[in-house]
Amino acid sequence: MSYALELKDLRKNFGQTEIIRGVNLAVKAGERVAIIGPNGAGKSTLFNLISGRFAPTSGDVFLNGTQLKGKKPFEINRMGLSRSFQITNIFPKLSVFENLRCGLLWSLGYKYTFFKFLADLDDANARTDELMEMIKLDNKRDVLAVNLTYAEQRALEIGITIAGGANVILLDEPTAGMSKSETTRFIRLIKEVTVGKTLLTVEHDMGVVFGLADKIAVLVYGEVIAFDTPEAVRSNALVQEAYLGSPDQQDQAGGH
Amino acid sequence: MASKHSSSSQVYKFEPINVGRWLIWGLFALVLISAPLVFTSSLGQMILTQMGIVIIICLSYNILLGQGGMLSFGHAVYSGLGSFVAMHTLNAITAGSFLLPVSLVPLVGGLAGLFFAALFGSVTVKTAGTPFAMITLGIGELIWAMSLIFPGFFGGEAGVSGNRIAGSSSFGITFGPQIQLYYLSAFYLFICTALMFAFTRTPLGRILNAVRDNPERVEFVGYDTERVRYIAFMVAGFFAGIGGAIAALHFEIVTSENVSGARSTVYLLWTFLGGATFFFGAIIGGVMAVLAFVMFSELTKAWLLYLGLLFLFMVMYAPGGFAGLIMMNLRVAAFGFLRKLWVSYLALGVTAMVALLGASVMIEMIYHLQFDGALGDELKFLSMTFNAKNFDIWFGSGFLMLTGLGLFELCRKQFLQEWGEIQEDIENEIKRRQALS
Repeated sequence: MSYALELKDLRKNFGQTEIIRGVNLAVKAGERVAIIGPNGAGKSTLFNLISGRFAPTSGDVFLNGTQLKGKKPFEINRMGLSRSFQITNIFPKLSVFENLRCGLLWSLGYKYTFFKFLADLDDANARTDELMEMIKLDNKRDVLAVNLTYAEQRALEIGITIAGGANVILLDEPTAGMSKSETTRFIRLIKEVTVGKTLLTVEHDMGVVFGLADKIAVLVYGEVIAFDTPEAVRSNALVQEAYLGSPDQQDQAGGH
Repeated sequence: MASKHSSSSQVYKFEPINVGRWLIWGLFALVLISAPLVFTSSLGQMILTQMGIVIIICLSYNILLGQGGMLSFGHAVYSGLGSFVAMHTLNAITAGSFLLPVSLVPLVGGLAGLFFAALFGSVTVKTAGTPFAMITLGIGELIWAMSLIFPGFFGGEAGVSGNRIAGSSSFGITFGPQIQLYYLSAFYLFICTALMFAFTRTPLGRILNAVRDNPERVEFVGYDTERVRYIAFMVAGFFAGIGGAIAALHFEIVTSENVSGARSTVYLLWTFLGGATFFFGAIIGGVMAVLAFVMFSELTKAWLLYLGLLFLFMVMYAPGGFAGLIMMNLRVAAFGFLRKLWVSYLALGVTAMVALLGASVMIEMIYHLQFDGALGDELKFLSMTFNAKNFDIWFGSGFLMLTGLGLFELCRKQFLQEWGEIQEDIENEIKRRQALS
């Protein structure tokens, strides 16, 4: 069978340093996969390879069975993969509404149109309003993104990511820098807005990971040492030794 | 606007005629139609025509600078090449080898601008930021150098001249009289302004803003940022070419100065001074560019120096340009706080004038001694006559300038504090209103 997302012996070197050392991963459509691992394990690099931000040194990525080699980020996005960023990456001088609308114009086929008014695009505007309600920013419609609180900006980041209706969603540490209660609320939001989609997420908060993911991939020094259900991963001796049992587990679980 | 719920598609369908918008565009048209009735002199109408030309070009430049975040140092390439092609077209019409009404020559200039923007744009728009600025500078220099190498097209040092009374005239309109040319330029100004404003309201126009704010993110919502910049660059080139062609009709001569870096700088400077963050900023910039040139270049030889000083102060203290200043004060006025500020504004104005007076007397004396020394030491400035070598005048003007600057700085600190407090009050008021709704 073909997978929603499949990585085959993916490798990436920065100079002499091997950051990603032969990652194999196959994610079925509709699965929620969390990638965990210590700092510097290569989680963000892996996301950058999948989304086309970096080119892999060797190996392949397949999206719904199609090879992504040589494709640019916008081409990969058009094929149905969308990602968020660890460091909030929004359009600071545009309003919440405009931010979200920019996220979906391409997917609705408006492309580089400059002979239609935005105000007349009923489908785009209605969908933007829906999105705004989904991420609970409908009372901040005309607020510039730069003036939002941090948590609101994170929600907007997710909103832009899902706006185009991609079926494979990559979230890079969506709850980074949030308080415990914010995180709990935010994870619920993520679950709501990604229903039916394939989700790949990097997450540090262990409690959160076990509540969110169908499967967990453990990435340590550029290699996936385990890929299984949360229960199996929790009891995996290798994982416990390499990661969960390590002295810095408390650091990781506490967020950063 | 408050939140909208799932019936939102209806909300968007129901748009009663936007009275404000009709009013503004109606007023704009009225001003364009009636301006030459107020300024009936030939000089007045020439100035108005020039304003129209510079406004079109500044608006087109602002598509790059304000809307796309592209700092071009070579916009005159596209307006200037539009001028040259328009002039050659005009001469072909005169010679009878090309049949086209003169009223459509601006369109030819626009197509020329579009063509050259498409040609040079592909290498220019790879990235924004420093590489973009450098490449526009390079292309500007290239075209400037070529203008001296190819006299056939650029006319060498004398340039290319022509006569705008060309071809057959319909209804007795030859565009010979200034008033007829003014109305032609006003017509193009209105259409171009409307089209460029409409452009800001389209999907591409909005994505261009997104590319300005965060190009990387745009790549991850499906857009090729290079393509977005390229199309915007061509649109800007098209309108610049129209402006350039009207300039060719107006001056009836085009020289290599029209494609020079100096000319590009003029467009950059006035678009910035007018205010790049607002659409109407470029209109203010265009009007001021012509006014400043006509008025200050008569008043003093050192006017470019004053312009440079103004530019410096605006970059430092009001990066939003005059449009930004206007909008900030309108916001304060809308919340009824403007009357709290008038004393501060008065103090700022008076101290700035004192400092400026002192500085300008010294500048004028330096200019006089440098360039007009042969005419003696007597100098006329602001209907005063004084001796440029008089120590008392130097001391007095220096004292004025330093005192003015010192007091201005004090007033500025006081003003900033008041301004900050008022902004806080406004934020609180907004929050209070939100809570009520």
